[in-house]
Amino acid sequence: MAKTEPAGSAPHYVPREAVFPKVMDGPFRRFKWLMLVVTLTIYYVTPWLRWDRGPHAPDQAVLVDLANRRFYMFSIEIWPQEFYFVAGLLIMAGIGLFLVTSAFGRAWCGYSCPQTIWTDLFQHVDRLIDGDRNAQLRLEAAPWGATKVFKRGLKWSIYLAISFWTGGAWIMYFADAPTLTVDFWTGQAAPVAYATVAVLTATTFIFGGFMREQVCIYMCPWPRIQTAMLDESSLIVTYKDWRGEPRGSVKAREKNPGGIGDCIDCNQCVAVCPTGYDIRNGPDIACITCGLCIDACDTVMGQIGRPRGLIDYATLDDCEHERAGGERRPILKTVLRPRTFAYFGVWAAIGLGLLFALGTRERIDLSVAKDRNPPFLLLSNGDVRNDYTIKLRNMETRPRPMSVTLEGLPGGRMWTDEMAQDRAARRLDIAVPADQTKPVRVYVVAPQGTAQQDFAFVLAAQDRDGGGDRAETRFDAPEDSQ
Amino acid sequence: MANKRIDEATGIETVGHSWDGIEELNNPLPRWWLWTLYATIVFAIGYVIVYPAWPMVNQATEGLWGWSSRGQLAGELKAEEARRAATLAALATTPITELPAKPELMRAAIEGGRAAFRVNCVQCHGSGAAGSTGYPNLRDDDWLWGGNLQEIEATLTNGIRHPGNDATHQSLMPSFGKDGILPAGDITAVADHVLSLSGKAPANARGAELFANNCAACHGPDGKGQRQFGAPNLSDAIWLYGGKRDQVEASIYKARAGVMPAWTGKLDPVTIKMLAAYVHSLGGGEDFAPAPAVAAVAAAAAPAAGAGNGQN
Repeated sequence: MAKTEPAGSAPHYVPREAVFPKVMDGPFRRFKWLMLVVTLTIYYVTPWLRWDRGPHAPDQAVLVDLANRRFYMFSIEIWPQEFYFVAGLLIMAGIGLFLVTSAFGRAWCGYSCPQTIWTDLFQHVDRLIDGDRNAQLRLEAAPWGATKVFKRGLKWSIYLAISFWTGGAWIMYFADAPTLTVDFWTGQAAPVAYATVAVLTATTFIFGGFMREQVCIYMCPWPRIQTAMLDESSLIVTYKDWRGEPRGSVKAREKNPGGIGDCIDCNQCVAVCPTGYDIRNGPDIACITCGLCIDACDTVMGQIGRPRGLIDYATLDDCEHERAGGERRPILKTVLRPRTFAYFGVWAAIGLGLLFALGTRERIDLSVAKDRNPPFLLLSNGDVRNDYTIKLRNMETRPRPMSVTLEGLPGGRMWTDEMAQDRAARRLDIAVPADQTKPVRVYVVAPQGTAQQDFAFVLAAQDRDGGGDRAETRFDAPEDSQ
Repeated sequence: MANKRIDEATGIETVGHSWDGIEELNNPLPRWWLWTLYATIVFAIGYVIVYPAWPMVNQATEGLWGWSSRGQLAGELKAEEARRAATLAALATTPITELPAKPELMRAAIEGGRAAFRVNCVQCHGSGAAGSTGYPNLRDDDWLWGGNLQEIEATLTNGIRHPGNDATHQSLMPSFGKDGILPAGDITAVADHVLSLSGKAPANARGAELFANNCAACHGPDGKGQRQFGAPNLSDAIWLYGGKRDQVEASIYKARAGVMPAWTGKLDPVTIKMLAAYVHSLGGGEDFAPAPAVAAVAAAAAPAAGAGNGQN
């Protein structure tokens, strides 16, 4: 980060110092590999999973069908008016972030944030083409020659390919993936598909390839929010300065046993850091707590025969405790604390509430809109007629036979646009296509002299599963029939 | 003047000016902000060149691209016309009697008619097509000149008592009172008889005789009306000019002869066809083709119109 310089000489603009992290094996590095593979696999593969919903609904397991306003997720189908399920999921995701922060600190930043994942991926590309840290540094400093041009061109091409694949995978969530793939390459896809791919390709290319840690340090609001959420009992990556300071080489320690700390100032913790931060300066917004410096320091400590954990996950409270000579506390004790339980409770309550709502939601619905202009009219035989538009909603992915009957309104009968008045009856049988709302114009007649009154349409599914709905409305009539 | 110095408290350079001893720190704008500003300036220059921008005496400069909001509207209208062209062409070649067999076309016709109705018909028939005194309710099952699709189309095309149109519906009821054909007492008797046809007054021999001699030719011996003359059914519950005795008497006294313009020449045949389909769809249309869909539950389990295109 910016060096501390004498007051007044600090430049107003500090150019970015490029980060060339060194690769270092260790448990955290292996965990990051695992997260990289798992999250990217989920992202790229999910749209290609199939899920049989019968002939009347798409067979893509996860599909956000904006054009038809349906959201499919395995066996769950969400209609626009059920969007509160999605809102609930988003709230759960938000509280889930709080929960993870409370239990593990900035674990999201360190292991699963897309910016972290793609930056990690792109840094592996760097190593593949340019070699490890030292080779990268040399190449960066080297003048532009044939080798550098070739390597940069190759590397950026790979960046671009990954970015394009990233953008290309995103649109697959919004349409049938195999069809869209064909359409995309034959120029048949919607313009918005190409625009989305272009934008996501550009942002992935720029954010993952070039901006990298600057996104975390300067652009992302989440580190700021997390700074406010962390307290003395939050897990963070810390350098145990009481053990490490004063720094000195192995030889210096041999000369002065007891006067020199464990830190040999080898700078490996900085060399492996994906954001280029020196953790020995204390907690900082630049530290995404990925643990790679722990891997690096533990390796070095092993080499010089000192115990691991000079840099380690710990809370500030633990640090005070250890500084005063206490034993290292188990991590679990940090994780299991009231705040974590409170977040978990809220998170789980919302989740259970959503599950309950999902399990009990109605997949059949009836709504009635009465014509108010005119409120009623007289037929030639003196009968009074009121007109209604009723909407029969079938949210199942199969067609369903339904019946609509009149409840109340003595002598009332009804017919629809699709039949003649002489077939008017108190019950209509209507087949509602799969996954649709069927509007039906209904004309209700009642004998001369019928007074204004309330009545109801009653919907009942006529198949095995049954279910139904009821909608109250009004029948208008002249105040004195002539 | 330019006494730039480093402010000790903040470590920031001053701009070098001093006003009564007050100096200003030099905190330049963030670079991204500046670049955004420069970018907007460049954009603005381009905008001024290609779009209408500088106000002149009569109008603004036209801009290289020649864009105008009127032009854009014209383009959108043209695109909309192109989109509807196929449907309108199909409607033009389909006789109205064949519309019920083509549900898609029928639906398009009804929606087109709904729009045209709001422009051309609501002035008399009302926005709900329920009419008012003297202007028929188009939703009910009572039709003066016929209520099936082709009859409604014919009525719309040639109008009712429209001067100068040979095919217009033409009939004339005598003004029994005004022209002195019947004395006042007889008119009351006829009115009573007419009301008795729908049970609103006791039978009346004098009125019945007068009705048979003067009215039955058009309205029929039982008062049920005849559509070729546009003579209304007098025995039903619908009274275009009111069903109270004084209103019926007034109708007999001065006669009624409602008019509707012939829409041919004012509207194109396709619009008239669409209007006929719309009026027919309001709940009172006659001569329905037998519909297989409703009430046949089993039939509807057949492939639906494709999942997901039904909106809520």
